[in-house]
Amino acid sequence: MALEIPKMSYNGVIKEIPLGKEANPVIVGGETSYPFYLFEGEMPHPPKIAMEVYDAPPEEWAQAALEPFADVINDPAAWAQKCVSSYGAEMVALQLASTDPNAQDNSGEHAVEVTKKVAAAIDVPLIVLGSNNLEKDTEVLKMVAEACAEERLILGPVTEGNYKALGAASLAYHHTIAAGTPIDINQAKQLNILLGNLGVPDERIMVDPTVASLGYGLEYCYSVMERDRMAALTQEDERLQFPIVCNLAKEVWKTKEAKLTEQEAPLLGDPLKRGVLLEAMTALLLLLAGGDILIMRHPDAVQLVRGFMDDLMAN
Amino acid sequence: MALTGIQIYKLLPKTNCGECGVPTCLAFAMSLAAGKAELAACPYVSEEAKAELADAAAPPIRAVEIGTGERKLKIGGETVLFRHEKTFVNRPGIAVLVTDEMRDEAVGGRLERFKTLAYERVGLTLQADLVAVKSASGDASKFGALTAKVKDETEAGIILMTEDVSVMEAGRKACGDRKPLMYAANKENADGMSALSKEHGCPLAVKGNGLDEVSELTTKLTEEGLHDLVIDSGARGIRKALEDQIFIRRGALLKKYKPLGFPTIAFPCEMTDDLMQESLIASMFVAKYGGIIVLSDLQGYALFPLLLSRMDIYTDPQRPMATSPGVYEVGGPNEDSPVLVTCNFSLTYFIVSGEVEASRVPAWLVVVDTEGLSVLTAWAAGKFVGDLVGTSLKKCGIMDKVGHKKVIIPGYAAAISGDLEDELGDWEVLVGPRESAHIPAYLKEWQP
Ligand code: B12
Ligand code: SF4
Repeated sequence: MALEIPKMSYNGVIKEIPLGKEANPVIVGGETSYPFYLFEGEMPHPPKIAMEVYDAPPEEWAQAALEPFADVINDPAAWAQKCVSSYGAEMVALQLASTDPNAQDNSGEHAVEVTKKVAAAIDVPLIVLGSNNLEKDTEVLKMVAEACAEERLILGPVTEGNYKALGAASLAYHHTIAAGTPIDINQAKQLNILLGNLGVPDERIMVDPTVASLGYGLEYCYSVMERDRMAALTQEDERLQFPIVCNLAKEVWKTKEAKLTEQEAPLLGDPLKRGVLLEAMTALLLLLAGGDILIMRHPDAVQLVRGFMDDLMAN
Repeated sequence: MALTGIQIYKLLPKTNCGECGVPTCLAFAMSLAAGKAELAACPYVSEEAKAELADAAAPPIRAVEIGTGERKLKIGGETVLFRHEKTFVNRPGIAVLVTDEMRDEAVGGRLERFKTLAYERVGLTLQADLVAVKSASGDASKFGALTAKVKDETEAGIILMTEDVSVMEAGRKACGDRKPLMYAANKENADGMSALSKEHGCPLAVKGNGLDEVSELTTKLTEEGLHDLVIDSGARGIRKALEDQIFIRRGALLKKYKPLGFPTIAFPCEMTDDLMQESLIASMFVAKYGGIIVLSDLQGYALFPLLLSRMDIYTDPQRPMATSPGVYEVGGPNEDSPVLVTCNFSLTYFIVSGEVEASRVPAWLVVVDTEGLSVLTAWAAGKFVGDLVGTSLKKCGIMDKVGHKKVIIPGYAAAISGDLEDELGDWEVLVGPRESAHIPAYLKEWQP
């Protein structure tokens, strides 16, 4: 008997979200099948890679991650430009890590200043991410939203705790929201509902499901994303049909194995290649689980993943 | 696939004689369906019914074993398309390739790395499983000699790669009783390979040009009595290879299509020349249904991430790996040694105890029952909070083991320090570093 390959029938579509400046939009989403299941659906807008820029010189970075940016770590605008012009970043993700009260506790004014500079330096979409401190993020991101009106930023993580304030600000000043929930599909859905109730239009919402590094809890995130896509595409779960943003680089590069030198860990081999692969492999697995935007750090990892995506899409 | 009680009932004698221990054939059928009875308990069941029931009970994807002894590898046996639906069970085997046209040093290097690149994590040893020995020269004696070398120098499961039956025979002989996987039977050589596989009871891989050809081959071979088969669809492009893996898994699970009900073998080593890219391709096969993944070389920087991806994807999603709560001694602590407290998520426990050990400062590590959740997750879930951690510390007996009154908590749990101090009375709560990598430096400063 000859086999008739069982194809899935999908009844949902991921929403298409236009990002960035109106004149020069980058669209994400639009998938009609599981990620890269191109034999039974389409990915009209292949996933995009956003490269990280930090609002203050990073501390304790692995040598491998620091090296490509050694000339720009003091200048976020130049850093962003380098990502775009030298490494072809399709978006930039500004991490406002220095605003963390447990780090330098830099002010909202500082964040605004940096964001403005970075936004002015690039013409690709700009994602602006808080430090994951609820109170501080609310304060800082609100100021950024206001001061950078009409820049059409992507702001995150917008959470259950601050969605009212940040949702309203993003609505008023035309920004997109990366709705963050802790690896929980029901909470993700709930937050999308709440944002909708607040009046945030669907084309301004994306999902940040919270991700972890390879070897440090990745499997939970992988499965939550797979379930998210299953619900969105096959169970008509309309409030989950949003593109997924994966803020992965900072998770990968903080792990011990991404930082050890070859002397410290001879069996782990070359630290540059190892760090790059830890990042690229985390990214690839998240792509296969449904990521639409990958927030990445190392140019070599970016290149590897981009090449892989091209192969997955190749005819 | 599993039959229902009613479907099984139709195959029974329907005489209700009761000899199986239950009063009726229907009751017996129900017990069978629930896995609570053995078919053998009914003396009257016909041979055809037996065959049909055995067939129906067979897993949709066959589990195949390669090699012998401690390094025996089991692949296949999977029952779901997505890991969250149940779990993926048998981790794909990772193989490294050697050929009989490689220089001795190159072969030696690969075998050496095969043996030394092993990583302890969460109480498991992560390492490659197989050596794929390929005949590039076509010379049977060279192939035999290389295979013998691999057999002598490693405990590895072996994949013999040649499409020439006489060369295969030479390799097989050199393997002794190691139960290699023979790769591969194709349209031309299937009869010879089939005979060899049958005679020696070795699993056989099938290589076809596309899934139709593979299906024809596996059908023919199963009719000849072979069951331990492994599939190579022949695809070497990334997109097509992914597609084939999905079709094979879906065909077997959703259509119960027997000709594809076998584990697969994939060849990242034939899909790129770049080891970094190869490792990424390999990780795709970890996520999407590879049974064996053959690499061109093993290097720590590429193998370690790949082994992590395999560990992650094959972790049982239904229960987090947990360590037993209690007091653990690291490096022979005494009454002046520091006391650290952590959660009982295995990953956390092994990472933290590893760092404490690396510090060479003898210490007590108190593992609190957080139902297998990590520090921050447990804190957010209310399971690593002041009163619970305090109660655990009081109950576990650590207070009688040390002369001082200090406990070090994880930096990420700094928020519990006030509540914990209240709970512990006159004990001092010290907030340790956030990342465990900083534990050694922190402990070196320790004063009781
Ligand atoms: C995987 C994961 C889960 C998994 C559970 C995994 C598990 N077994 O614990 C699941 C999906 C089940 C989960 C659930 C939840 N999660 Co969760 N989860 C994560 C995730 C992605 C990774 C956690 C992990 O595995 N870390 C790795 C381990 C090794 O880290 P660790 O235990 O902290 O140990 C490190 C340090 O603490 C230190 N350390 C450990 N012990 C000690 C001891 C001493 C003395 C010292 C000095 C140091 C030290 O060393 C280790 C290595 O550096 C994180 C986010 C992230 N990217 O980290 C969120 C995260 C922890 N989760 C979070 C939340 C809120 C939840 C939920 C409450 C959400 C919900 N659904 O309601 C639930 C709670 C669970 C429940 N049953 O109710 C939040 C916590 C927010 C906060 N700051 O409070 C996080 C941070 C995500 C986020 N940003 O929102 N989660
Ligand atoms: S022994 Fe067989 S025939 Fe007799 S009742 Fe049981 S199932 Fe029926």
